[in-house]
Amino acid sequence: MNAVYILSGLGIFSLLAEIFSFRKILFPIVLLGLLATAGLLVMDWNTGTSHFSNMLTFDNYAIAFSAGIAVIAFLWFLMSRDYFENNTHVTDHFALVLFSLVGAVFMVSYSNLAMLFLGIEILSISLYIMAGSKMTDLFSNEASFKYFLMGSFATGFLLFGIALVYGVTGSFDLGKINQVITAGSTEFSALLYAGVLLMMVGLAFKISAVPFHFWAPDVYEGSPTVVTAFMSTIVKIAAFAGFFRLFATCFASVSGEWVNVVQVIAVLTLVVSNITAVYQNSVKRMLAFSSIAHAGYLLITLVALNEISASAILYYVLAYAAASLAAFAVLHNVAFENENASAESFNGLSKRNPFHAFAMTVALLSLAGIPPLAGFFAKYYIFTVAFESGYVGIVLLAVVTSLIGIYYYFRIIIAMYLKAPETTTPVAVTTMHNVMLVICLLSTIILGLFPDMIIKLI
Amino acid sequence: MNENVTQAIQGVPLNYYIWLSTALFVIGVLGVLYRKNAIIIFMCIELMLNAVNVLLVAFSAYHGDGAGQVFVFFIMAVAAAEVAVGLAILIVIYHNTKTTDINVLNKLKW
Repeated sequence: MNAVYILSGLGIFSLLAEIFSFRKILFPIVLLGLLATAGLLVMDWNTGTSHFSNMLTFDNYAIAFSAGIAVIAFLWFLMSRDYFENNTHVTDHFALVLFSLVGAVFMVSYSNLAMLFLGIEILSISLYIMAGSKMTDLFSNEASFKYFLMGSFATGFLLFGIALVYGVTGSFDLGKINQVITAGSTEFSALLYAGVLLMMVGLAFKISAVPFHFWAPDVYEGSPTVVTAFMSTIVKIAAFAGFFRLFATCFASVSGEWVNVVQVIAVLTLVVSNITAVYQNSVKRMLAFSSIAHAGYLLITLVALNEISASAILYYVLAYAAASLAAFAVLHNVAFENENASAESFNGLSKRNPFHAFAMTVALLSLAGIPPLAGFFAKYYIFTVAFESGYVGIVLLAVVTSLIGIYYYFRIIIAMYLKAPETTTPVAVTTMHNVMLVICLLSTIILGLFPDMIIKLI
Repeated sequence: MNENVTQAIQGVPLNYYIWLSTALFVIGVLGVLYRKNAIIIFMCIELMLNAVNVLLVAFSAYHGDGAGQVFVFFIMAVAAAEVAVGLAILIVIYHNTKTTDINVLNKLKW
């Protein structure tokens, strides 16, 4: 619970900093605050406290994901320092990011549907503004508008689903809804299933699963690169953790009714996103499709729901976020002038900045799932979950699609090492970026070497 | 809750409310999908949210439970915030393109 207070306090402090000219010390304070948030969350481990008359429950699942989000946000702030510095409204951006983190914490710790709704909205409304933060750039405007439109459209579906579930069960509380559903009053069952499916549609929009993904590539491509990094890591994690929390706890007893739909969505997501990613020339757009593909792998855990699903998801999102942040940081530096850099702009990066080329290589290998990096074990655990629950077909399909994934990730690696550079000017980087990349790489390797650290947690 | 209002709401069969709000919701969805003017799309999104509000209030009255009505207040507050941001985005777009037709927003492939 302290996490919510600290994050909101930091957000308000950022707004005040503009008035009282604290701008210089704001950045270190925010970094410290995020570490403190993660630390305080971990101290509550195993206590499982509820707050606000049982609206938020910080069980181990919520704590693990909230602390993960705080750490990823820490790395993200290191990465986006120079973006903020070049912007006149730096404090406003800080406040928006911090408030959206509050929303993310709500989304992983809710035990009442009202909090799920509020969390999604707090997260999204801040992000609509951040996506459009380059006001004179039409691409950014368009990304922001599409994100807003699709976000509120999805919210409509989610709310209609919530209303129908409320109509059947008479409560917004996850525990009570679960009781009513398990008791099996069939009086309004058609309404209940309609509600569950509508909520699934709303949340599938948020995690950008096929066929509700069409907004994601555009929004990811048009937004400033640092904002894209935020959306494809923190937002995706929070949305998926919220999705899983709802369906794995509250609606688990009627899983027979929705599991086939999730299975179809997962299969479509894996196939469509991986194949479309092959045809992308813009690296940012390719990473957008890759992030949709990772949502597909995550959905497998929900299809094959068992007791290690939650740990597998936690491990997967941490591995994915570390690699993905590193890839976006390199992209941000390489394509500093040209936001929509094609694969050619990575030509010969190994000569222009060997460390960046190495970092990008490790990040892409981890995303592709090459051992011994974290991305490999992440996929391995998800496939294990599916295998143990008897979904062999979907595992085979996922293996094939991750082979397709290797193709488009390796295209960039080949460009970096084997092609001649277009210019020989070294890529300028700040120390902050190098520190952030080192942390990301170390965590990718350490998570890969010692997967037991995370996998036994929840 | 005022007893008369509750009784008045309960005087109508619950099915009617469900059909009414479903119809409003579908109109909103179709509007979002087919209209080209950004302002009208905003109105259609509001229509979707208000369909949900009608449904929640009806269920709340039938269950005799106040939570549904509190939820409606959440939705109203959030919808107001959302529209404020949405209109701000639209004004920025208007500054750059001098139109509110969403067909100009085709720089990124759909």
